[in-house]
Amino acid sequence: MRDNVVQSSVPALHTEALRLEDGNHCLLDDINLRLCADGITVIMGHNGAGKSVLLRVLHGLIPPSAGRITWRGDALTPEITRRQSLVFQKPVLLRRSVAANIDFILRARGLRDEALRWDALRRVGLLDMRDHPARRLSGGEQQRLALARALVTSPELLMLDEPTANLDPGATQMIERIVTETAVQNTKVIFVTHDIGQARRLADDVVFLHKGRLAEHSPAAAFFDAPKSAAAQAYLSGDILT
Amino acid sequence: MQDFGAAFSLAFELVMRADRDLVEIVLLSLRVSLSAALLACLIGLPLGAFLAAARFRGRGTVIVTLNALMGLPPVVVGLLVYLHLSRAGPLGFLGLLYTPTAMIIAQTILITPIVAALSRQVLEDLNAEYAEQFRAFGLSRWQSMQALLWDARYALVTVSLAGFGRAIAEVGAVMIVGGNIDHVTRVMTTAIALETSRGELALALALGLVLMVLALSINAAVQGVRMNAEKRAYA
Repeated sequence: MRDNVVQSSVPALHTEALRLEDGNHCLLDDINLRLCADGITVIMGHNGAGKSVLLRVLHGLIPPSAGRITWRGDALTPEITRRQSLVFQKPVLLRRSVAANIDFILRARGLRDEALRWDALRRVGLLDMRDHPARRLSGGEQQRLALARALVTSPELLMLDEPTANLDPGATQMIERIVTETAVQNTKVIFVTHDIGQARRLADDVVFLHKGRLAEHSPAAAFFDAPKSAAAQAYLSGDILT
Repeated sequence: MQDFGAAFSLAFELVMRADRDLVEIVLLSLRVSLSAALLACLIGLPLGAFLAAARFRGRGTVIVTLNALMGLPPVVVGLLVYLHLSRAGPLGFLGLLYTPTAMIIAQTILITPIVAALSRQVLEDLNAEYAEQFRAFGLSRWQSMQALLWDARYALVTVSLAGFGRAIAEVGAVMIVGGNIDHVTRVMTTAIALETSRGELALALALGLVLMVLALSINAAVQGVRMNAEKRAYA
């Protein structure tokens, strides 16, 4: 029933009984997800619910203790990871110029097209800053550069881990605009946030995690109007009250 | 102390008029130690990058050994290289003993652990910051190592200059394998040792002056590089 948003189109990301243990601590347990090939899936939950960990497992950075992940029908491999991009909460930029940060990933992928570089920088509004040292940019500009670097390889899946957590409203708005534009251009987006307003603005469907388990996966409208799980109800009402 | 004063003015004069013997010795010193520093970087930097980025069984032991080798006594290195290069040694047939090449070999052995151990430290800190991003990029180990080396370039210049500084200032190794032969293997440090023991203070002092100026210039260069890097947030 919770999968009705998914069943309307082809499932692209599929997880089966995904489990991750760290010592005798269970970080993720029995995660069964079917995400469709387009739109923005927002992952929500309290701190420590397992949102960031799930993203890293889905990207292949952390091998799961048990379970299966498939992307477009194929089990996750390094080759598939290279066709996806992950943007971290705190951007990790190279000690080089803005343009050189883009060039780095293009070279690593064997893409030698200058036009790609300029397109990516134009898309995030950093073309004028191309010769600036990347680490001298403001927080918002750094995150936009990280986003440009993630997008320049035309990923099939773009994952973002609370990319606007440290940014002011203006910078947040720019990031959201770029992400929304990306989602309509054939790139699946998975966006982790704990900001309910942001989730409402972006989400096509919402995955709600609670203590490492999948509490709920619903279309956005249904999730915000009438959350089915107690955990999501408490989360939404709790945040509205404060 | 009159002798000392006279020696000092003579030394200054030698430097000022670029005395031929003096220049020859300085140039040979630079040639030997720069070559050794270059070779040490070619071996030590990739080794440091590998140790910083790779995780393998016995890595801790390698790092401890490398750190210990930083303190290798030059005379011991000289002795070991001597044993290998002497006519009875395994590499005696090369006929390298008492040549600048032997001195380069000895100094390379002396400073490669310094370059490797210091660069490992620098690159490991950088790797801690970059590692997850690099894995998210799906980079190969080789690509990661290259990127680490390039992004730490300013810190690594300091590391290589530390290696060069150690090489140009050491006496023991070059004395043993070079033999301090006039016009062939005489470098600044061995000349200073010899001239001082012979009471020829002028040349010794002149060479000492050049060494000091070199050391100061190197430190100034390091400082300049650092400040430039920090200004652009590349350090």
